[in-house]
Amino acid sequence: MPSFEPVLLARIAKPNSAKLETYRADGGYKALEKALGMPPADVTNMVKDSVLRGRGGAGFPAGLKWTFLPKDHPGPIYLCVNADESEPGTFNNRILMELDPHQLIEGIAIACHAIKSEKAFLYLRYEYGRSYRVLDAAIKECYAAGLLGKNILGKEFNLDIVLHRGAAAYICGEETGLIESLEGKRAWPRIKPPFPAIEGLFRKPTIVNNVETLCCVTHILNRGSEWFKSIGVPPDPNNPRDMGSYGPKLYCISGHVNKPGCVELPLGVTARELIDEHAGGVWKGRKAKAVVPGGISMGFLSADELDTPLDFNGPGKAGCLGLGTAAVVVVDDQTSMVDVLYNCCRFMSHESCGQCTPCREGTAWMTKILERIRAGHGKMEDLDTLTEVAGSMGIIPGTTICGLSDGAAWPVKNAIKKFRGDFEEYIASGRRSVTSAQELMAGAH
Amino acid sequence: MPTAIINNQPLELKPGEQLNCIQAAQRIGYEIPSYCWHPALSVVASCRMCLVEVGDTKPDGTVVMQPKLVPGCQTPVKEGTVVIANSEKVKAAQKATLEYLLLNHPLDCPTCDQAGECFLQDYSYKYGRGYSRLQEPKNIKPDKDHIGANITLFTDRCIMCTRCVRFTREVSGTSELQVVSRGSAEQIDIFPGMPCDNKLAGNVVDLCPVGALCSKDFLYQQRVWWLKTTKSVCPNCSTGCSVDVDQNEDQLYRLTPRSNPISQGDFMCDEGRFGWKYIHSDERLTFPARRKNGEVRTRDWDDIIPSLQKALAKAVAKAPEKCAAVFSPWMTVEEAFMLAAYLRGLSPKVKLALGPVKTVGEDDTYPKDFYGKPIEPVKFTIRAEKAPNRRGVEMVLNHFGGSATTLGDLAADGAAGKLEAIYLVGGDPAGWLEPHQAAGLSKAALVILQDFLPSAISDRADFLLTGGSFAERDGSFVNYKGLAQEIGRAIRGPDGTRPDGRILWDLTGRKGLFNPAAIRKEMAEKIPAFAAFKQGALGEFGVLLNEHGAPEAHVVAKT
Ligand SMILES: Cc1cc2nc3c(=O)[nH]c(=O)nc-3n(C[C@H](O)[C@H](O)[C@H](O)COP(=O)(O)O)c2cc1C
Ligand code: SF4
Ligand code: SF4
Ligand code: SF4
Ligand code: FES
Repeated sequence: MPSFEPVLLARIAKPNSAKLETYRADGGYKALEKALGMPPADVTNMVKDSVLRGRGGAGFPAGLKWTFLPKDHPGPIYLCVNADESEPGTFNNRILMELDPHQLIEGIAIACHAIKSEKAFLYLRYEYGRSYRVLDAAIKECYAAGLLGKNILGKEFNLDIVLHRGAAAYICGEETGLIESLEGKRAWPRIKPPFPAIEGLFRKPTIVNNVETLCCVTHILNRGSEWFKSIGVPPDPNNPRDMGSYGPKLYCISGHVNKPGCVELPLGVTARELIDEHAGGVWKGRKAKAVVPGGISMGFLSADELDTPLDFNGPGKAGCLGLGTAAVVVVDDQTSMVDVLYNCCRFMSHESCGQCTPCREGTAWMTKILERIRAGHGKMEDLDTLTEVAGSMGIIPGTTICGLSDGAAWPVKNAIKKFRGDFEEYIASGRRSVTSAQELMAGAH
Repeated sequence: MPTAIINNQPLELKPGEQLNCIQAAQRIGYEIPSYCWHPALSVVASCRMCLVEVGDTKPDGTVVMQPKLVPGCQTPVKEGTVVIANSEKVKAAQKATLEYLLLNHPLDCPTCDQAGECFLQDYSYKYGRGYSRLQEPKNIKPDKDHIGANITLFTDRCIMCTRCVRFTREVSGTSELQVVSRGSAEQIDIFPGMPCDNKLAGNVVDLCPVGALCSKDFLYQQRVWWLKTTKSVCPNCSTGCSVDVDQNEDQLYRLTPRSNPISQGDFMCDEGRFGWKYIHSDERLTFPARRKNGEVRTRDWDDIIPSLQKALAKAVAKAPEKCAAVFSPWMTVEEAFMLAAYLRGLSPKVKLALGPVKTVGEDDTYPKDFYGKPIEPVKFTIRAEKAPNRRGVEMVLNHFGGSATTLGDLAADGAAGKLEAIYLVGGDPAGWLEPHQAAGLSKAALVILQDFLPSAISDRADFLLTGGSFAERDGSFVNYKGLAQEIGRAIRGPDGTRPDGRILWDLTGRKGLFNPAAIRKEMAEKIPAFAAFKQGALGEFGVLLNEHGAPEAHVVAKT
């Protein structure tokens, strides 16, 4: 494979990469200047032509989303930058924010010009203290340099960025949970319609985009949509709904590998390549048993499925929920899937916002069942109950408001289908992973 | 007519009408089970009890169904909408939702106040599965007796529908209730030291579809299946909330609001909800009396009524202009009509006056903000006028040419020896007579009192007619905006009391049993302002009377 010249991570190793001075020295804010010379609709079209798909998990085309805003709206229109990054295994937004914040701010400004917004809210995961300090400093630099505020770059373009530290819950990353949280409420995802583009933050038209998505926008403006489409994978001719997976992508690799980290590669790299070529292989000389393709909500690839391309189309073909955040977590062959799945379920039941009955009760129930199995009291029929419970929750069957419950169901469905032997062996052996009653209790919130 | 299809049945939609699937199904007589949805609250579509299959009719007539289930509460029904609410897929979803709701539910129905009128019981029975597959311990959450002065929370029973939370945010506006914690650990709670004590707080108990929020007043008083319900109207203010009066063996146990889009909507205030205890007061006037020089001569109704007829006729014959009656805003229109017609029949010179109409403060509107400032649009009003039927009694008196005199003036007349006979109607449980007024009125040669609680004149009256509270009477009240609604006799009063309507029916020489509908028909003929009474019955929501007596056109948007 020819080596890939990083785009989004190009500057991160440079000294003082977060400073405005170095960013400008590397040609920063030229893309914004270019965008401000274009009518907003042309900017939107350029992003639409690039088929940039959202990097936050759902993979919705960014340019298309921007066209859903009401035409000739008197304003205000808002941009919410989703920097709540909480999907287990995911840390690419953090690298972008801490090491190259101006790349993001430039993308935000370009997007705001395109959607005619004068105010962007950057909703930052609460735990990201360093990101907060770096972004705060970068935003201040921009105000001082006339890159934020009134008449930016001497043009008729005003923009304020509000840096907001989140409420420290996974659900704050769901776009309407984020909006509720920004409004000062509990992050309970809203029912749709209306979608945020029609009625979002403070009941105004709102676009929500992920940090990495917006960073891509900066480069699309610089280098054009054809350049963007020259990277990655074209649409799968067998899937009429696939729009292709273009552009560079940050892949996070963690779990049982020798060299965990974040690499930038063209979309479509396989799980095997990632592990072997970019993460130094599975640790301790072991083999991979299961691989999470894009954050635990996406489910698992089995050892036989490691050649699945990690683009927007591939994981789905292997029975996973999707590409998600492209955060790969590797599970080695010495680990029981019972323990892995228990961990996933415990996370989801802890993070369920609790408004929808199937998600609130189902996630907790699945966790309780796995707790019991791990305490040595499992029964074979538990596996069917788990599968049935997982099958009854989510936006996909239509039983919940947001996608958290799909993400809670998928690891269960995949694990029991693809690794049933692990569970059966565990239950039959009467083994226990839980050693004390305290530990059992600790699991239940 | 635009048409939708519900469970294969066509439903014609009225133009401009907005129905969700639950409401549309109601129209064809099918119940889609639901918990979180309530017509007076915002839609959250979170309980997922109401899932249905929905599709659209395309221009070529083909129907395209959505692949997934949708919440019926959130989905509008329009021209061409196809709703399937009884398929196997829907039933499987209902079963799953109920299993989830029951997972951590204590199932303590035998000791739960809601049993018998519980949606969790009813839906489990209709749509649920017979057993739970949960093998692990249930979640246990602490009960919260401190949630309000009149409200207690059995936290474990809560199904997290958030109706109660939305009520305090959207209707009372006071926002005391909230959800704390997350996922299956979440609970309804208050901010420490800020209980749910707003004047509409009791409604959260009715809104709660399960036995989580309970009324401390009603708790463990009765199993609900023993209660008998009578439709009535709250008498505590001129809003005239439609209510259900629940009783067993002549003991009243609770008042709950009865939805009425024309009067108050879906709710009632706590003053009305809990303000009926006087009905069972030990102080009640329980036996009628005819007195001579202060001495009780008889307590026999069969003697009292004819004696009173004679005494009144004699007094009016002697000095009609010195005879007067004081009407109460707590009388029904039927009672007021019978008394006024009777006295004016004796002589047109008899004075007819309206007694005191109590007002307290100003109209109290909701929602309010955190600081108690009212917010528009108003969703509920507790009115300053603390009487149920000032308007109706005034309409009757206007017809008979009521006198511009007051209880105070008449008391002064009495003190000056200018009263021959006075007929007083009380009925206001908060009291209606000052002692000095009683002293003046007592000087009249003939004092007649019709009341049910003691007052400064009840021991002095020559004729004491022991009537009943609103719960013991039939008739109708006209509220602040001219809506006439029937009140129903829910209980029998103590021995020796009679419903006021019956007392007056007998006094005015009518034959047989007191029949309020017959009086209303008579009124419709004789009084233009009551022309709308001509059917006799006033229907579930009552009848609006405008100045000309015609029923006002109104669209009844029953939800
Ligand atoms: C439970 C849940 C958590 C989510 N968390 C995040 C997150 O942390 N960051 C993010 O960008 N998107 C997150 N999303 C996806 C957002 O809802 C939304 O699709 C995304 O921010 C849109 O931006 P994009 O189109 O640029 O990807 C989450 C979705 C769900 C259902
Ligand atoms: S699916 Fe789960 S997390 Fe999402 S809104 Fe419903 S309860 Fe909350
Ligand atoms: S207490 Fe009752 S009304 Fe409130 S959320 Fe629970 S079940 Fe619903
Ligand atoms: S508002 Fe008035 S009529 Fe309604 S319940 Fe309260 S007191 Fe009774
Ligand atoms: S009633 Fe529709 S989701 Fe609760």
